[in-house]
Amino acid sequence: MPIEQLCTVVGMTPLNDSTYWMTLEVGRMVEEQGLRAGQFLHVACGEGNLLRRPISVAYVLADEPENTAALIFEVKGEGTRWLAQRKEGDKVDVLGPLGNGFAVEGGGRYLLVGGGIGVPPLLGYAEAFHKNAVAVLGFRSADRVILADQFQDTCKATYLCTDDGSLGRHGFVDAQVRDIFEQDKDFTAVLACGPRPMLKNVAKAAAEYGVPCQVSMEERMACGVGACLGCAIQMADGTMKHVCKDGPVFDAREVDWNV
Amino acid sequence: MSKVDLSVELAGVRLKNPIVVASGTFGFGREYGQFYDLSELGGICAKGLTLHRREGNPPPRIAETPMGILNSVGLQNPGVDDFIARELPELRRHDLVVIANISGNTPEEYGIMCEKLSAAGVDLIEVNISCPNVKAGGLAYGTKPELAAEVTKVAKAHAAVPVMVKLSPNVTDITEIARAVADAGADALSLINTLRGMRIDVNTRRPILKMNTGGLSGPAVLPVAVRMVWEVACAVDLPILGMGGVAKGEDAAQLMLAGASAVAVGTACFADPYAPLKVRDELAQIARRQGLDKVSDLTGGVRPW
Ligand SMILES: Cc1cc2nc3c(=O)[nH]c(=O)nc-3n(C[C@H](O)[C@H](O)[C@H](O)COP(=O)(O)OP(=O)(O)OC[C@H]3O[C@@H](n4cnc5c(N)ncnc54)[C@H](O)[C@@H]3O)c2cc1C
Ligand SMILES: Cc1cc2nc3c(=O)[nH]c(=O)nc-3n(C[C@H](O)[C@H](O)[C@H](O)COP(=O)(O)O)c2cc1C
Ligand code: FES
Repeated sequence: MPIEQLCTVVGMTPLNDSTYWMTLEVGRMVEEQGLRAGQFLHVACGEGNLLRRPISVAYVLADEPENTAALIFEVKGEGTRWLAQRKEGDKVDVLGPLGNGFAVEGGGRYLLVGGGIGVPPLLGYAEAFHKNAVAVLGFRSADRVILADQFQDTCKATYLCTDDGSLGRHGFVDAQVRDIFEQDKDFTAVLACGPRPMLKNVAKAAAEYGVPCQVSMEERMACGVGACLGCAIQMADGTMKHVCKDGPVFDAREVDWNV
Repeated sequence: MSKVDLSVELAGVRLKNPIVVASGTFGFGREYGQFYDLSELGGICAKGLTLHRREGNPPPRIAETPMGILNSVGLQNPGVDDFIARELPELRRHDLVVIANISGNTPEEYGIMCEKLSAAGVDLIEVNISCPNVKAGGLAYGTKPELAAEVTKVAKAHAAVPVMVKLSPNVTDITEIARAVADAGADALSLINTLRGMRIDVNTRRPILKMNTGGLSGPAVLPVAVRMVWEVACAVDLPILGMGGVAKGEDAAQLMLAGASAVAVGTACFADPYAPLKVRDELAQIARRQGLDKVSDLTGGVRPW
């Protein structure tokens, strides 16, 4: 069950000129409400911004006396700019835990595929499947790369791709995913997060090689809790599901990719 | 200090406090019911129902605007039968007034829904003639006095509980519609529904909403709501459920002074799930500060120049 929690900022680290790693004390949300990576917090971003902003939980720690959660976000507009100006000791009002994370089972072999600001929610999974998961991370260019060290330290293998070839493989992540599947498609599932076109291509590759694929989707939200029906996405069967309540993680086969 | 009596009456239905949650912003109560007991509320206007299940409009459905939001949800709902079977019993476990909100494609559909919902035992039926999102019907009923009257008559003929008609602000003269609906037998009025608006992304030159336009709600619309409640209260002698942009006690007090008997809180819930309870408590405080015995004494108390 979600709660409203006033959280203290205990860490604020820039990862590049527009991306920040914010660590929050979240009370006992990890132990009592079961907050975990891949879920999201709905974050109030100051007086001038009417709506909260959904930000994924990159990873959690059941620390004492307060549990902590890491939010890693990119400045896009007014709300995230306000968030980026928070300092250690400031308070941030969040609703959470919201949504479901990726569905994983202990001992599984996972292929983590992230694009841009879609990379952070996979971090908790890289750590949970220590030295067992394989990561494919895509960025626009070398200066946009984030968290590469953390994935390299925790994954069995980490492949970097950039759209302009300035670091790692030149091109999109789905090409790398296909190459991996050509060698080895014995994965429990692909866990993917990133822009919709990337997710579509990764889902297609996974389907072609018969590997289950879960995707974390974005949509504009109001309530974040399932009450307003604002965050709808279209399903392959013609129905609507809601990112905040039914997602943000969906089975890739459920999603209508043609809209 | 003595306690202020918070109870109010709306079309003969008693609410233990004047705070209701607005249709479409609170689902069927399940989600916000995780945060507090729904019995704290005076009542709930449930998510708008149609005769048959609707999937609603394609996304994006939400665009933030200065102190407001645009929505184009498009009446997504499970249909009236599913509401009666699955949601109403759940709502009935709490002590609050249950108001069903309905939209039809034809007057006959309104009639059928009124019969079903009356039999199922809702306390009040809110007839939405103003949702601007649905191409068929919706807007047309709420903007034409004859059509609004026709729907009201059919609803009244088939309902065994009081009928409250929800007015659209997207008209030149809201009192004209209010009078037509009152003459047709409505027991109460609710207003305002959302104002039509649009937001464009200047880089892509695309509207944010897939439907291009949507309905504006939130603090930005409060002054429009206060003005319209006042005009309608002056024009017709029916109880009013006032809404539009209420986020604090003072906002609710303004709507009551303008003529509302009760007040609905909608968009404010998105930022703060506890908003309806805060509005209730702040309103009680205002009444106490002004030395009132009962909050209903605020209704219609404006002293216009
Ligand atoms: C489930 C979920 C998880 C997310 N996780 C992260 C994350 O971990 N890190 C991160 O940097 N970003 C994440 N996002 C995207 C983030 O919510 C948006 O970048 C942010 O809301 C933009 O707000 P703004 O005020 O800075 O931008 P503006 O463009 O000024 O925002 C205007 C409005 O549009 C909404 N909006 C704009 N872009 C998006 C978007 N992509 N998704 C949803 N709403 C949007 C805003 O919430 C706001 O209501 C996530 C989105 C969702 C839906
Ligand atoms: C997301 C959303 C969905 C809504 N759905 C309905 C609906 O189904 N039926 C209806 O009569 N009004 C609907 N409304 C209008 C509200 O009930 C209310 O009239 C309006 O939002 C103004 O109040 P507010 O500013 O407090 O939100 C909806 C509003 C929003 C924001
Ligand atoms: S944001 Fe309100 S239902 Fe998802």
